[in-house]
Amino acid sequence: MTKRILKPIEDPLWLKLLLGGVTIGFIAILLLLPLVLVFKEALAGGLGGFWTSMTEPDALASVRLSLIAAGIAVPLNTVFGIAAAWAIAKYDFPAKTFLVTLIDLPFSVSPVVAGLVYVLVFGMQGWLGPTLVDHNVHILFALPAIVLVTIFVTFPFVARELIPLMVDQGRDEEEAAATLGASGFQTFLRVTLPNIKWGLLYGVLLCNARALGEFGAVSVVSGHIRGVTNTMPLHVQLLYDNYDYAGAFTVAALLAMLALLTLALKSVLEWRYADELAAAHRH
Amino acid sequence: MSLNVDSVTKKFRRFPALNGASFVAPQGSFVSLLGPSGSGKTTLLRILGGLEFADSGMVRFADLNWLDMPARTRNAGFVFQQYALFRHMSVADNIAFGLKVRPRNKRPSAADIRNRVTELLALVQLPGLEDRYPSQLSGGQRQRVALARALAIEPRMLLLDEPFGALDAKVRKELRADLRRIHDHAGVTTVFVTHDQEEAFAVADLVAVMKDGRIEQYGAPADMRRNPRTPFVSEFLSA
Repeated sequence: MTKRILKPIEDPLWLKLLLGGVTIGFIAILLLLPLVLVFKEALAGGLGGFWTSMTEPDALASVRLSLIAAGIAVPLNTVFGIAAAWAIAKYDFPAKTFLVTLIDLPFSVSPVVAGLVYVLVFGMQGWLGPTLVDHNVHILFALPAIVLVTIFVTFPFVARELIPLMVDQGRDEEEAAATLGASGFQTFLRVTLPNIKWGLLYGVLLCNARALGEFGAVSVVSGHIRGVTNTMPLHVQLLYDNYDYAGAFTVAALLAMLALLTLALKSVLEWRYADELAAAHRH
Repeated sequence: MSLNVDSVTKKFRRFPALNGASFVAPQGSFVSLLGPSGSGKTTLLRILGGLEFADSGMVRFADLNWLDMPARTRNAGFVFQQYALFRHMSVADNIAFGLKVRPRNKRPSAADIRNRVTELLALVQLPGLEDRYPSQLSGGQRQRVALARALAIEPRMLLLDEPFGALDAKVRKELRADLRRIHDHAGVTTVFVTHDQEEAFAVADLVAVMKDGRIEQYGAPADMRRNPRTPFVSEFLSA
């Protein structure tokens, strides 16, 4: 009997099965199962119970607050991210690697620390707190602090997505545009933006998902005022701590649905514009 | 109405890229900057295109103080070694780009732009490829499109940075002949960077042999071959 000879980069069958099985098992137990359970628990009281928990005023307030915070933080971080990526990819200056490290800082710092830093700056015992309160400006335990920490925590997503892309694309096309008479703004709008739009969109989606889901940093600065400064993740915890499991899982299911929506949107876009995506990478 | 480059210098960080390069080219001539890598030829070309700034020196073109003008007002067509076509635009949109970004009162009508694109594609011998994307073209075709795009703005000066460097020998020869034909047709002052002496001599009226940021010898190919002024030049020409 002749033994089938493996191709140079082909693994034996047992290894393929092992790796595949581990991956599928891991995803099923650690990712899919919890997701299914969230929806199962949320619907434990039937659709009616789900609806009652969802339309409860404090729950609605938390949804509204989360959407407002993300609605402010994501556009700002889109602008910051493009600016940072542009500066790093298109200009040469000293301390460039240091700047890249700084952009990564929110990824490596625990969100709780980020929240505490804002307390130190804007709190009553902090640098600016007393002065601000004297002028009737409330940052801590209010929307401004929630937006600020959300910006801090989600800052790297857009920039991180764009920097490698823009470095890879180089400056040639922008230089060509300049020699053809385009102004800086025309070049950005007609050449740079179309080239980075997919990466940008992906970064914005990730940034948005994280902005809606951020817990630690927001928890430190929000003050947990029910119905006023509780975002969705904070509201989930509050309900859970008060043994309102149906309510907690309902809001959790809403959060999970927003995440799934983000993923679906991304997949649809990738599928719809597959040709264009491939063209942007070839050249 | 000539191009007058006078003692241009440029330093990158520590090392000098140009040590006082000077040459004069009559209007409508075809000049080749020839030299090994690191001789400063590309830096000089990019300074002429406004993509790099000289530390000192003067460039006069016609009656213009050339170095005081930003790249986008020089109206100098630039052709890059790696084509630098706009990858998300069709061939027609690439070629029309320089016309479409003009201020409204100087912008040709959509129909005029379309005619101009057709004309230019015929000139670079790629008729009918308007709707292709750069990724669907061969290297030689891409460089022809890049040339058409640079010519679309009716440039005062045409600058080419090793335009055929990424192409195989046969395509290089074809494109070289076409470039010369297009130059003679348009009559635009052309500066062409190459490290290939055969190419420089075949295509240019005037050749500047560069070494270490200086022009070692400048003149017509025939004169230079007969009478190389320095050992470097004679060695480079015989290589």
